Amino acid sequence: MATETRTTQGAPPPGGVSFSLSDPTFRAIVYQILVVGAVVLVGWFLISNTLDNLARRSIATGYHFLEREAAFGIGESLIDYSPKDTYGRAFLVGVLNTLKVSIIGVILATIIGTIIGVARLSSNWLIAKLASTYVEIIRNIPPLLQLFFWYALVSDGLPPVRQALNPIPGVFLSQRGLRVPVPAPDPVWTNMGIALLVGIVAAWGVSRWARARQARTGQPFPAGWAGLGLIVGLPILTWLAGGAPLAMDVPKLAGFNFTGGASISPEFFAILTGLTLYTAAFIAEVVRSGIKAVNWGQTEAARALGLPGSPTLRLVILPQALRVIVPPLTSQYLNLTKNSSLALAIGYPDLVSIANTTLNQTGQAIEGVTMIMGTYLVISLSISIFMNWYNKRIALVER
Amino acid sequence: MKSGFLAAAAAAVVVSASAVAGAATLDTVKQRGFVQCGVNAGLPGFGNPDSAGNWTGLDVDYCRAVAVAIFGDANKVKFTPLSAQQRFPAIQSGEVDLLSRNTTATLTRDTSVGLNFAPVTYYDGQGFMVPKKLGVKSAKELNGATVCVQSGTTTELNLADYFRANNMTYNPVVIESNDEVNAAYFAGRCDVLTTDVSGLAGTRAGVAPVPDDHVILPEVISKEPLAPAVRHGDDQWFDIVKWTIFATIQAEEFGITSKNVDEFTNSKNPDIQRFLGTSPGMGKALGLDEKWAYNVVKKVGNYAEIFDRNVGPGTPLKLERGLNALWTKGGLMYAQPFR
Repeated sequence: MATETRTTQGAPPPGGVSFSLSDPTFRAIVYQILVVGAVVLVGWFLISNTLDNLARRSIATGYHFLEREAAFGIGESLIDYSPKDTYGRAFLVGVLNTLKVSIIGVILATIIGTIIGVARLSSNWLIAKLASTYVEIIRNIPPLLQLFFWYALVSDGLPPVRQALNPIPGVFLSQRGLRVPVPAPDPVWTNMGIALLVGIVAAWGVSRWARARQARTGQPFPAGWAGLGLIVGLPILTWLAGGAPLAMDVPKLAGFNFTGGASISPEFFAILTGLTLYTAAFIAEVVRSGIKAVNWGQTEAARALGLPGSPTLRLVILPQALRVIVPPLTSQYLNLTKNSSLALAIGYPDLVSIANTTLNQTGQAIEGVTMIMGTYLVISLSISIFMNWYNKRIALVER
Repeated sequence: MKSGFLAAAAAAVVVSASAVAGAATLDTVKQRGFVQCGVNAGLPGFGNPDSAGNWTGLDVDYCRAVAVAIFGDANKVKFTPLSAQQRFPAIQSGEVDLLSRNTTATLTRDTSVGLNFAPVTYYDGQGFMVPKKLGVKSAKELNGATVCVQSGTTTELNLADYFRANNMTYNPVVIESNDEVNAAYFAGRCDVLTTDVSGLAGTRAGVAPVPDDHVILPEVISKEPLAPAVRHGDDQWFDIVKWTIFATIQAEEFGITSKNVDEFTNSKNPDIQRFLGTSPGMGKALGLDEKWAYNVVKKVGNYAEIFDRNVGPGTPLKLERGLNALWTKGGLMYAQPFR
């Protein structure tokens, strides 16, 4: 801008601003004020017009309804919920259900996607072809149809609840989903969880120490095995110390349904499987392109230095590949999270499903939709921030 | 200048939008040439396209009746199929002029949802349907059952209330589309399907693979007065819808049907003369043609004809008049006087 000012004919000396439209700097400021003004005007018009129309038709506004009793049931919930609770709590149940399917989905899709992506590059013709068939089929079918397919597979393909399949004692598979025995409540299980966390932290500490020692002395230390021992060993020790309880809560058929144990509902199964397999196909392509992006010369150079296969992948190929993989991977995570709103179609109570019921019972569509948008925005931005942080961390530091 | 154009455009938007907001629904409808009516996408007997693609059903006939009252033509109406969740935003935003979609009139909907309910066109109540082979005889035996229900309905709330009141638990499977709810029930995902009794009858007749394998339990757990609805803020439009419905009921009281309506045009009865517009005044009061009620009866029929054609004993739904009989025959159908 500054250079432009200097070269423009008849422009004032740099530093002074003339209030003439022939001055590009002044002109640019005027344009920007006008555009911002127009945006504000349109926004103000839309909001005031909406409020005016709502008031004219005496439609309720505001978020007070969140404190009212919801009075509708929800099929599955991570926290205690009954129809006596408020709309606010019902919405929280929906948010948690969305997070549950998104987090598990992201983890599984990353694992499956990485395997398929690497498999597509396999020198084994059969494995490579199977992987590309998977990618091409799954990627080209709309996710909603896939959800219907998985849902129908459970509700039409499995036997009714009274003739449930019983492959292992205590495990039941029927149209109502999968029921498995879980350990009966005991304080030991909480302590084991704490022990697991301690183990993870300790394993991380050991690996840091081992790396520092190797850098100092050149002596490698089997940090992987030691860490695994800590993560698995500590909880087992806690369990033994707590008297090794073995009592199980086994599902039983009582009345209409199984009671006891833990269950995976057909709705959750369908939405998780559908989203995971769909997104995994895209992640496979991301992983494949990332690995392809690393020049073959890098592998040859690593071999020339005498690095064996696994460290070559871990220390040379992956750090360079991840640079290419992480940004598109972030969009896939965002897609999976947003696609979870398709749950509405198959009856999984995600946040859109519950917010829709709420806005329908209260008639406050605008408030409900802003809540849906706000929540997705927060979740998506959190994923983006985390992935950007991770991307920076793994970025190659050029020396 | 570009930004000058922007400002002018913004001003134009302001002016035009406020003009639309202020226009009366009747004028808008007349200018457009048809009534835009929100109906159920697939509920046999109430709102359902037949095999030829023509919309049929009791709710659909009331859309047509309003079109006849305004234009004298039962085909000057377009239908917007709406899910239970879409229906209120659709009528609030003006996407449809009239919501005739087996909608229960309630206090919340009348007030904070911003609707005005016309007279009830079908008195219904919520019931339960179960597969015969479960051997269930009463809704009180449903403790612990899995229940399929459509989201965004009063049904969902009544269900929760009923189980709470009777100290029972249930596991809801809540799905948005009516078709998917039915599919889940018939596949065996749920033990129970719940909706209005008329809806259960329609589903059993039209959707069940073997209708006789399913029974509707005797308990009716709620009052569901189904009524067409319009937006708050346009009294003339509300009056037209309201009196179109009363006209079909009044015609049945008079014994006037689509077949014999022409004979009544010579009637000496002043009530009938006012009703059919042979002595003018009623049409002008509503802002309609004086023959509006004549046209409604002639082209759509009286309430009995509409009922029998869509849901009555001669149809697959096989519903009795019950509460929907005229008040003179022990029912609740009662038209306010045409004078």
